[in-house]
Amino acid sequence: MSTFGVTRSTLAKDLRMEWRSKDAINSMLFFSLLVVVIFSFAFNPTAEESRHIAGGLMWVAFLFAAVVALNQTWARELRNQVLDAYRVSPAPANSLFLAKAIGNFLFVVILECLMAPLFVVFYELRSIGPVWQLIVVALLGTWALVVNGTFFAALSIRTRNREIMLPLILFPISIPALLGMVDATTSILTGEASPVFWIKLLTVYDIVFTSVCLLLFEVVLNAE
Amino acid sequence: MKKLALISIPLTLFLLALSSYLALAVAPTESTMGDVQRIFYYHVPSGWVAGLCFTINFLASIYYLWSRSPASDAVAAASAEVGVVFGAVLLITGPLWARPVWGIWWTWDARLTTTLILWLIYVSYLVLRRFAAGGQTQVLAAAFAIFGFADVPIVYFSIRWFRTQHPAPVIGGGPDSGLAPPILHVFLTNLALFTVLGMIYLVLRYKLQMQEQALESAHAQAALKGVA
Repeated sequence: MSTFGVTRSTLAKDLRMEWRSKDAINSMLFFSLLVVVIFSFAFNPTAEESRHIAGGLMWVAFLFAAVVALNQTWARELRNQVLDAYRVSPAPANSLFLAKAIGNFLFVVILECLMAPLFVVFYELRSIGPVWQLIVVALLGTWALVVNGTFFAALSIRTRNREIMLPLILFPISIPALLGMVDATTSILTGEASPVFWIKLLTVYDIVFTSVCLLLFEVVLNAE
Repeated sequence: MKKLALISIPLTLFLLALSSYLALAVAPTESTMGDVQRIFYYHVPSGWVAGLCFTINFLASIYYLWSRSPASDAVAAASAEVGVVFGAVLLITGPLWARPVWGIWWTWDARLTTTLILWLIYVSYLVLRRFAAGGQTQVLAAAFAIFGFADVPIVYFSIRWFRTQHPAPVIGGGPDSGLAPPILHVFLTNLALFTVLGMIYLVLRYKLQMQEQALESAHAQAALKGVA
């Protein structure tokens, strides 16, 4: 089977499993809903204030929620030794990685689409800058979180404290990406500054870390 | 190992005493900042050693992925630990110096923030090493080290932009341009002393790591024989 074929069939399998169980998307949705509610109690912002803090709130909520989906990525494959089977099969490792990363990317993007109206309602958000830029930032930012997250989930699955390990190694590395997403979102919402630098930074971050992930995934998958 | 410790412990104490003597007694008092400036002789060398250790960690990790030699993994583990310790010294002496001179403990400027994030990344490297299961530790740690090092320039540029957009309350401070000769001499001597000190720790930690590895494989061998 070709690289593309393996990616496509793995992705299709993951999407079908998620469609039938809805485990990841439901827990992510409920989790970020809770974050939205708790934050709005904690800060009780006015419409003007919320424009300044919403970027931070949104991305922190999505980051924490994404960890839920990321943790499930490989845990699923441990049952029935699927991962071991994958290791001995001649299928290229990177196509498995890409399938998982794209799957997680889709889950988080769906989550963002469902949550965005809630943010608008709860925080009385109205963007002053152009909204299409928010979409660019969201896509680049989500990929930045998810590509490293998928890779680090493959690391943390091999540790003794699996679920806790992922945020501990993912968050420090993701700080520049998070800074980029938050600042770009805030500058678009408030219309006070141009987000171009941050969009460039996110693009560089995506390119650098996607390459590093693809370079190292096979090594990590076969680690004994 | 014992012999090495016997030599290195007195040597370490001697180096620490010498560098403190130079910094506290020999170096002249700086004209604007006064005695507080003497922290400089600890602060900058610690930062240098931490940076050196993290670079060694990166190179050793790459070499490990290429060669799979246990020794290079031990070097990576040792350098990360020593780097985190010196980084902690850097992060503690920094605010102590900043408070009287700048009037604040901390500011989110490019260099401070980059250092803090770098330190956090290497702490999480050590956490990963601590919790990774058995024989996979080395590969996982080496892969993570490469991610950590690749992150450093991105962090630096993002924070620099962040800061220039939102100026910090206090800018400048610290001897930026040119050091007076007596200060420079003490500083360079202390830099050399700290480097030697860091390398002593690194070698000790490396030896310890190698012994731990040997012990682990001996245990594994014994367990295998017990089963058979």
